[in-house]
Amino acid sequence: MSYQVNGHTVEHDEEGYITNLADWNKELALEIARTENIEMDDERWEVVNFLRDYYEEYQIAPAVRVLIKAIKKSMGPEKGNNKYMYELFPYGPAKQACKIAGLPKPTGCV
Amino acid sequence: MKDGDPRDEKPVTGEGKHPTPHLDQLEDGPWPSFVTGLKRLRDEGAPNNQKMMNDLLGQLNHSYENKLGYWKGGTLSVFGYGGGIIPRFSEVADKFPESKEFHTLRVMPPAGFHYSTDLLRQMCDIWEKYGSGLIAFHGQSGDIMFQGCTSENVQPAFDELNKIGFDLGGAGPALRTAMSCVGHARCEQSCFDEVRAHRTIINTLLDEMHRPALPYKFKFKFSGCANDCVNAIHRADFAVIGTWRDDIKIDQQKVKEHIAEKGRKYTIDTVVNMCPTRAISLNDDDTLEIDNPSCVRCMHCINVMTKALSPGDDKGVSIMIGGKRALKIGDLMGIMVVPFMKLETDEDFEKLTEFGEQVVEFFADNALEHERIGETIDRIGLPAFLEALDIPPDPNMVNHPRTSCFVRTDDFDDEAAKWFERKAREAGLQISAE
Repeated sequence: MSYQVNGHTVEHDEEGYITNLADWNKELALEIARTENIEMDDERWEVVNFLRDYYEEYQIAPAVRVLIKAIKKSMGPEKGNNKYMYELFPYGPAKQACKIAGLPKPTGCV
Repeated sequence: MKDGDPRDEKPVTGEGKHPTPHLDQLEDGPWPSFVTGLKRLRDEGAPNNQKMMNDLLGQLNHSYENKLGYWKGGTLSVFGYGGGIIPRFSEVADKFPESKEFHTLRVMPPAGFHYSTDLLRQMCDIWEKYGSGLIAFHGQSGDIMFQGCTSENVQPAFDELNKIGFDLGGAGPALRTAMSCVGHARCEQSCFDEVRAHRTIINTLLDEMHRPALPYKFKFKFSGCANDCVNAIHRADFAVIGTWRDDIKIDQQKVKEHIAEKGRKYTIDTVVNMCPTRAISLNDDDTLEIDNPSCVRCMHCINVMTKALSPGDDKGVSIMIGGKRALKIGDLMGIMVVPFMKLETDEDFEKLTEFGEQVVEFFADNALEHERIGETIDRIGLPAFLEALDIPPDPNMVNHPRTSCFVRTDDFDDEAAKWFERKAREAGLQISAE
């Protein structure tokens, strides 16, 4: 199970999360998004970039509320809500956005 | 298998069946075993169910041999939903390929668990087609658990269930599926419209269920009386339990009949002596006398003498916040936050819903990750919680104030004056409203 990007092979698990987080790059993100049927626009990149920045700083994915508050700050209150998040990522930001951002698979009872 | 069961005669190793010696043992004993159910699906289910169940039983037996579980979670969901599916991927899929994906759909049951047989048949048909045929009515979460679905079939199975009017329940850090007891439709002890309260609150807060964004789980449960058939007080973050504030109703004729039938000693032993607050006494003429101000509405005497005793007429609900099982701190019972409120008119239900929303909002804003609201209250203190929700403190929130070392009576006279003023104002409002 792997993605093919620019002639490189990037391993992923059975749900599409990359196994080596250091393998991530923007082309790979686009490739993962393609397999998820998601077109990456500025809003989606904003979410993905926030997730990556947060992960880099804290070594953990942010809680959904933290993500939404951050998006509210950068994109305004009409987009800073859970509904809008699911418009961007219909299977949930925790699942799809984290996968595209190359973060580890969310754990717990989800 | 029990002796004489015709299924016994089929060779266990034939037709590629996995031997299940460890599971067979579980069928001993007097109670029905889940293994029998699984085997029935393996032997008599639809062809696709049979294969899946065979490998599932194989993996389960393998687990018992090695004393290890071989399931891992995942992140599956359906379009537009963040929760409601419990993904299970097998770690021994090479040995048991047919059950390599065995996901569970949590589906919300109707309030009060009222189904028609036609609906149940439709559910079974859907699950035979898309899943393993294995359905659990109901888990402790309150959901109908449709167990055993491949990743690919999760979406079509949900779509079909959705078409017959059902929706996914909660999973993960979110509002969870609520439960309400069978309620006034079938039970004479019911003190409020449980199903209406259940539906109103869940429909209002549905987003919180399907798009998980809370610090941890949050559960609503609705019990019609203090018998608490859905375990609201010790399992629900927000427990609504029916009660009454006037006197227990006594039919003295039926009391006499009960004593004539069961005997005086029996009645004293099972009713009078069992009253936790010693509020009941038996008169010389075989009638009952109840000291109602001492009664704690425990339901015991009513349960024993169902014909003679029944809840009063001035019915309503109590709301307890913070019940939970052990995690960060030990098990907690709900804390009495609203000792009594009427729940009859549209306005009453609006008030309840509003309060529910406030509590969930407070929880979202103030709880730490993986913290139930009971733990939040334990951490910040009850006064802070009451103040945040703008709930006036009420002596009825406290059990035995005079013996509790946590009750302080500083400024008692001032507080008492405030209390009487508030009560007078409320009474005035009620009179002017009427």
